[in-house]
Amino acid sequence: MDLSAINPALLLASLLVAATPILIAGIGELVVERAGVLNLGVEGMMITGAICGFMATILTGSPALGFLFAALGGAVLSLLFALLTQVALANQVASGLALTLFGLGLSALLGQGYVGLKPPATPKLDIPLLSDIPFFGTVLFNHDIIVYLGIALVAGVWAALKYTRVGLILRAVGENHDAAHALGYKVVRIRVMAIMFGGACAGLGGAYISLIRVPQWTEGMTAGAGWIALALVVFASWKPWRVLLGAWLFGGVTVLQLNLQAAGVSVPVEILSMSPYIITIIVLVIMSADKSRAPASLGRIFHASS
Amino acid sequence: MLTLEKRPQPSKAFAYLTPLIAILATMFFGGLLFMALGKNPFESIRTIFWDPLFGEFAFYYRPQLFVKGGPLILIAIGLSLGFKAGIWNIGAEGQYIVGAICGAGAGLAFYPMEAWYIFPIMIIAGALGGWAWAMIPALLKVKFQTNEILVSLMLVYVADQLLASMSLGLLKNPEGQGFPGSRNLKDYPSAFNDEIITGTGMHWGVAAAFIAVIFAYVLLNRHMLGFSIRLTGEAPRAAKFSSVNPNRIILFCLGMSGALAGLAGMFEVSGPSGQVSIDFASGYGFTAIIVAFLGRLHPVGIFFAGLLLALTYIGGEMAQGNLGLPSAAIQLFQGMLLFFLLAVDLLTNYRIKLSRKEAV
Repeated sequence: MDLSAINPALLLASLLVAATPILIAGIGELVVERAGVLNLGVEGMMITGAICGFMATILTGSPALGFLFAALGGAVLSLLFALLTQVALANQVASGLALTLFGLGLSALLGQGYVGLKPPATPKLDIPLLSDIPFFGTVLFNHDIIVYLGIALVAGVWAALKYTRVGLILRAVGENHDAAHALGYKVVRIRVMAIMFGGACAGLGGAYISLIRVPQWTEGMTAGAGWIALALVVFASWKPWRVLLGAWLFGGVTVLQLNLQAAGVSVPVEILSMSPYIITIIVLVIMSADKSRAPASLGRIFHASS
Repeated sequence: MLTLEKRPQPSKAFAYLTPLIAILATMFFGGLLFMALGKNPFESIRTIFWDPLFGEFAFYYRPQLFVKGGPLILIAIGLSLGFKAGIWNIGAEGQYIVGAICGAGAGLAFYPMEAWYIFPIMIIAGALGGWAWAMIPALLKVKFQTNEILVSLMLVYVADQLLASMSLGLLKNPEGQGFPGSRNLKDYPSAFNDEIITGTGMHWGVAAAFIAVIFAYVLLNRHMLGFSIRLTGEAPRAAKFSSVNPNRIILFCLGMSGALAGLAGMFEVSGPSGQVSIDFASGYGFTAIIVAFLGRLHPVGIFFAGLLLALTYIGGEMAQGNLGLPSAAIQLFQGMLLFFLLAVDLLTNYRIKLSRKEAV
């Protein structure tokens, strides 16, 4: 065992990278849940985004287009969920599960010819001067653009929910859809848009795994990241900045256990590999004491009886 | 302009019809999917749904129907109890794995002794293993109101790692030349879950599935606890007023579904699969969710739904071999089925009415 081989600067830098997929997917799901919809299909949308982005990148050679198509793929898949829950008024829990099962199958089918290929690398945003600062340069200023996009999304969602009219309407729909409907807001339309935003975010997060974090395609490669993103929202008590905090916590645990595996610690590999999931459970238990913050209409079916 | 009007009572006729409509819609869109993959849609659908039952090699495939359907039915029956009460155990896959590990572990502890009581001990160990694994989300929900959906699912990934650890470590076959995986229980008569009637695919797990169907039917229709479960799901406020203890329902539903999933895992590992190995997990725990919904959470419905999904597994394998249809296409096909089912369920609870456009 050689713990000195772990470089703290690189560890923190890879923490940011490991946190990004669940951060982006989590902030998307936060918006969906603030609109009063519980979409359990994050895992399915993430893996669909992962393969859509991967395919687009391989075919066009451009990671930027890849991410675009990933977001598109996630959003289109989420439309299926929107159709089920908002139009056909189906149970949201069951529909979300269906979306996950469907997405896993769809991605496996789409990805058949893409196993073992290597996508072109996404360039790092090498900020001059800043990235040369010792320690902080490596940790903060030597990443690809998506890492910053994730943080910008959190800031954007926070500001939009807190300071804009759109945010206020979205929250109104999530807290009391009947009252919002009575005020003349289009509950279903707003929710469908929120669901699509969540889908696009999940797709982006998934593509981050297949294009940058791993980078290659294997079936079921998101390995529960979508479910961790869902747990993040609960952990965050539906507050945007806490999603960032939670994502860093989980990113930190993931990176640390991978580093410990590489350093050959005498703890069995399996125990280390299960640690992110166990820690998710522990954090959920700690946070579930405070239920007061959940949007009041979360998961309830809205049917305007004219 | 089409509008929806809520039915005062869910329609009985549509409750029976919707699964059939969903199956037909899935066949239709599945056919389109297979066509997009460059296969003949009619031939594909026939290979999946007809040939395993009535084709040339049906004598080989028909027993498989029970082998694959048994665990699906067993798990889905357990899940349906919880789903009825609004308790979402979606980690049956994990409970299935832990049940298999405990069952096989209990049997292998006796190796190479031969005795009649080894198999019953394995059954108990398997059920207890699954039960204990499901008790984690149950107790956390009762004690801390933790979301059981997320906890039970996280535990699937933990169980996956546990399975890897077991097949590489504690349960590894000492005479296996270093290959991962336990001793094969097929070579250990006292622990082998053999067919009850040779050539039918009827092993003890299938018998257990039959018993579970009857047990669930009696529980839900003739027993106070079953009534409380239904009441909790359909009218939570009424349940509260009639002093149904929600914690008791949570513990019972999750524990029961865990025990049944554990049993399914134990029967699988000691029978068709034979050994604890890294690739033991086969997704039955997730497919069982589709089975539970397709069977409309009704024990008899689940029985038929389980056989149908087993048919898609078998037919899918056939189509893979004969037509080169990718296995992922079948997975997608099963996912589609659940989608259509949820969508057409609208007809059960709502009436579609044609009306003039009004200001809404």
